Amino acid sequence: MRAGIVVFPGINRERDMAIALERSSGHRPRMIWHRETDLSGLDLVVVPGGFSYGDYLRCGAMAAQSPVMRAIAAHAERGGHVLGVCNGFQILVEAGLLPGALLRNAGLRFLSMDCHLRVERADTDFTRRYRQGQSFRAAMAHGDGNYFADDATLDRLEGEGLVAFRYATAEGAVTPEANPNGSARNIAGIYAPNLRVLGLMPHPEDLVDKLMGGDDGKPLFDGLAAALAA
Amino acid sequence: MARQVDVSLAREFGLSADEYQRVLDIMGRLPTLTELGVFSVMWSEHCSYKSSRVWLKQLPTKASWVIHGPGENAGVVDIGDGLAAVFKMESHNHPSFIEPYQGAATGVGGILRDVFTMGARPVANLNALRFGDPADPRTKRVVDGVVRGVGGYGNCVGVPTVGGEVNFHPSYNGNPLVNAMTVGIAPTDRIFLSAAAGVGNPVVYVGSKTGRDGIHGATMASAEFDKNSEEKRPTVQVGDPFAEKLLIDACLELMQTDAIIAIQDMGAAGLTSSSVEMAGKGGLGIDIDLDAVPQREADMSAYEMMLSESQERMLMVVRPDRQDVARAIFAKWELDFAVIGRLTDTGRIVVRHQGRMEADIALAPLVDQAPMYHRPFTEPSLPAPLGEVADPAGLSEALFTLIACPDLCSRAWVWNQYDATVGGQTVKRPGTADAAVVRIEGHRRALALTTDCTPRYCFADPAGGAAQAVAEAWRNITATGAQPLALTDNLNFGNPEKPEIMGQFVAAIRGISAACTALDFPVVSGNVSLYNETEGQGILPTPTIGGLGVLQDAAQAVGLALVPDLELVLVGDGAGWLGQSLWLREVTGREEGTPPPVDLAVERRNGDFVRGQILAGGVCACHDVSDGGLLVAVTEMALAGDTGVTLSPTLGGASPHAFWFGEDQARYVLAVRQATPLLAAARAAGVPAEYIGSTGGGDLTLPDGATISLRLLQSAHARFLPAWMEGAA
Repeated sequence: MRAGIVVFPGINRERDMAIALERSSGHRPRMIWHRETDLSGLDLVVVPGGFSYGDYLRCGAMAAQSPVMRAIAAHAERGGHVLGVCNGFQILVEAGLLPGALLRNAGLRFLSMDCHLRVERADTDFTRRYRQGQSFRAAMAHGDGNYFADDATLDRLEGEGLVAFRYATAEGAVTPEANPNGSARNIAGIYAPNLRVLGLMPHPEDLVDKLMGGDDGKPLFDGLAAALAA
Repeated sequence: MARQVDVSLAREFGLSADEYQRVLDIMGRLPTLTELGVFSVMWSEHCSYKSSRVWLKQLPTKASWVIHGPGENAGVVDIGDGLAAVFKMESHNHPSFIEPYQGAATGVGGILRDVFTMGARPVANLNALRFGDPADPRTKRVVDGVVRGVGGYGNCVGVPTVGGEVNFHPSYNGNPLVNAMTVGIAPTDRIFLSAAAGVGNPVVYVGSKTGRDGIHGATMASAEFDKNSEEKRPTVQVGDPFAEKLLIDACLELMQTDAIIAIQDMGAAGLTSSSVEMAGKGGLGIDIDLDAVPQREADMSAYEMMLSESQERMLMVVRPDRQDVARAIFAKWELDFAVIGRLTDTGRIVVRHQGRMEADIALAPLVDQAPMYHRPFTEPSLPAPLGEVADPAGLSEALFTLIACPDLCSRAWVWNQYDATVGGQTVKRPGTADAAVVRIEGHRRALALTTDCTPRYCFADPAGGAAQAVAEAWRNITATGAQPLALTDNLNFGNPEKPEIMGQFVAAIRGISAACTALDFPVVSGNVSLYNETEGQGILPTPTIGGLGVLQDAAQAVGLALVPDLELVLVGDGAGWLGQSLWLREVTGREEGTPPPVDLAVERRNGDFVRGQILAGGVCACHDVSDGGLLVAVTEMALAGDTGVTLSPTLGGASPHAFWFGEDQARYVLAVRQATPLLAAARAAGVPAEYIGSTGGGDLTLPDGATISLRLLQSAHARFLPAWMEGAA
């Protein structure tokens, strides 16, 4: 798997992502400075977490205007895989690759804690190493993770099987108590229609090592590595 | 409109009449406004340490593993594998009362710069926060702003905030304490220092533009507050963590080249202190052209530019043939880069602006003749020892009172606002172990980090309390299995012009020194914050200790959470010391007695034994005994693991409340599969140890058989901060 991680000024989770990808694929991903526009040869483009451009204006709004985003959109149109995590999810939404918006957390405070995610479908390249309905632990660290879209969009996402993960209990129950930030219908992550673009707010890349508290996130990267093995 | 330079202006700037006379003697003429400004900030308490310098020399600062002790931007310690830990703690107290968010945020920003200016990538932040009485109407606003500010800055910069402490006491009502600590990692053979070298070399300014914020911040930090303190708002600096992140990335990238000769961050007193210190340490002079300084406001005067404390700026001396390399890197990261001066051989700082000479001061007397005071002090007198105290409440009621009180309740509300996992190296997150444990990327070894102080002990017995702070930091590191190596300190005290306050300071230095020596745990950096008083009311003496230790293998780190089927052993013993205990304060309302004595030799013996047992394998959890005593320690372990404990019925003796809530020192609770071998090993090592109970189930079972459900304990423990800060049920 040839992976590239896009780095905008203010991105701060590129190293976490590189560690997770290397653990699963055996290959060091390429760091792509935001001014580069040549993504040829990459199977997977990752937009990682952080505070690109300081979250000025809106989270991800400025990064979404960057020339590299046009290259990412073209990569996605060619059927390439794209993973946007946290700020990356916000950037993909601002760039129009995914629908909806990420608003301020309902509790109005930054939230750094673990959550559980229910796997809504286990047949994509991102989730093939999980079971459908499985609940796994992920780390969270965000102030603006409250996913919002109008009812028509939400109905379409659900109807077309494009909801990737929902906030849930450890047992897999999707409840209001398990929803840390007020996201509509407990939605934590969504796919583009071709199921090759995934955006999610929590950080699976920070739980890929039992030494760091658990490896519940590793299957996501294992699955990708297997799907995209050269 | 130019102000008249005279003694009354000097006093406004924070200089005493005598200090102003000294300025006149050095200058040999009336100083300009800018020159007066330079002297006033360089000779402020915050920058010159004039009340404390003479005493700080007593602190032990050396060991074979110390590469740089106090005197550089941060302390540097060899941690093996060709790596150095670079760390320091800084106080940002006065600004955090005036403007809590920015005061705390810029405190974090400032200490980050002190670390990465030495070439170290910051890998962990910690902070020790002291707030006033929750019942005081001002406290909530300060807590909210400070926690948001610490999180807002640290999270954006992408350095995990992994530990610290929070305390409440009325003495901090108008004087919160924000002590921020940063730890970074650098190769031992690539540490950057601040002494300038090379006459004629360019002096380069990088980072954010200069504005009017924070002017006289150093002087504000060197004075007490009064009714008019709110007017000091313009003296608080405003932080931009995005700019700091870019600055970190740009500086670390430049440090991969050989372009930098010397580098210093612009902190308190901004351009003034950084240029004076760099040139002064190098024995050189410096010419500055303020027309070249990147400015974000129009018509700034020389005085304003020299004193501005605008954030996220660094000053560097660069190799002349590497200027273009450096300029290109800062252009990539879209930060200002300006050559604003040259090093000279005049030994003077000369500042020009718009064709005028605004300052021309000889550096040697500016630095060497800075005031140094031997302030009068009175030796603190100890309070009367506590006599017998009857138990008014019983164990169960007292336990609920203690774990629900502001000083012991769950701090999850605080640390859930701090990103603790960014970087992917956090082995032990807040609340899971006695010290934060962070692995060094690409290596097996890990750092163990903590901040500690028990201010009520320090008020009752400044020498003993300060020694206890060092001992507790050492214990907390040891309890994870790590070897303590060195510490940084923030000495927060009241007005040093009062002999009893100065006496607290002198005694605290004595206590810290004794503990550092006995534990081989030297001071490698630190900060002094004085004048923490409002309208004559001072804080409890608070010598905060930031400790650092190393684990050779991160996988050996031990936390405090219990799991079922373990046996608990108490290592260390005591007489049931209730003087200055939290039990005494929270259950009987008394702040009396002398604090528990610290026997440094016993601390060392017990701690070395515990660490050895952890590294030999077989210790599943470990927690030191501190605030609240043994029953609170056991409860904290049970709550962390959501696992019940059955305490041995034979424990307690004649005074169960003294046994279970006494705060005798040098003690640890270990959870092991089998107590017998551990007890035998302790006997062989001459270390007191006793079996105290077993783990399992959903209750805490007291020695008399009474059971308390973990559910109830959990909800009591979790209640206070969310209920108070959010109004949650």
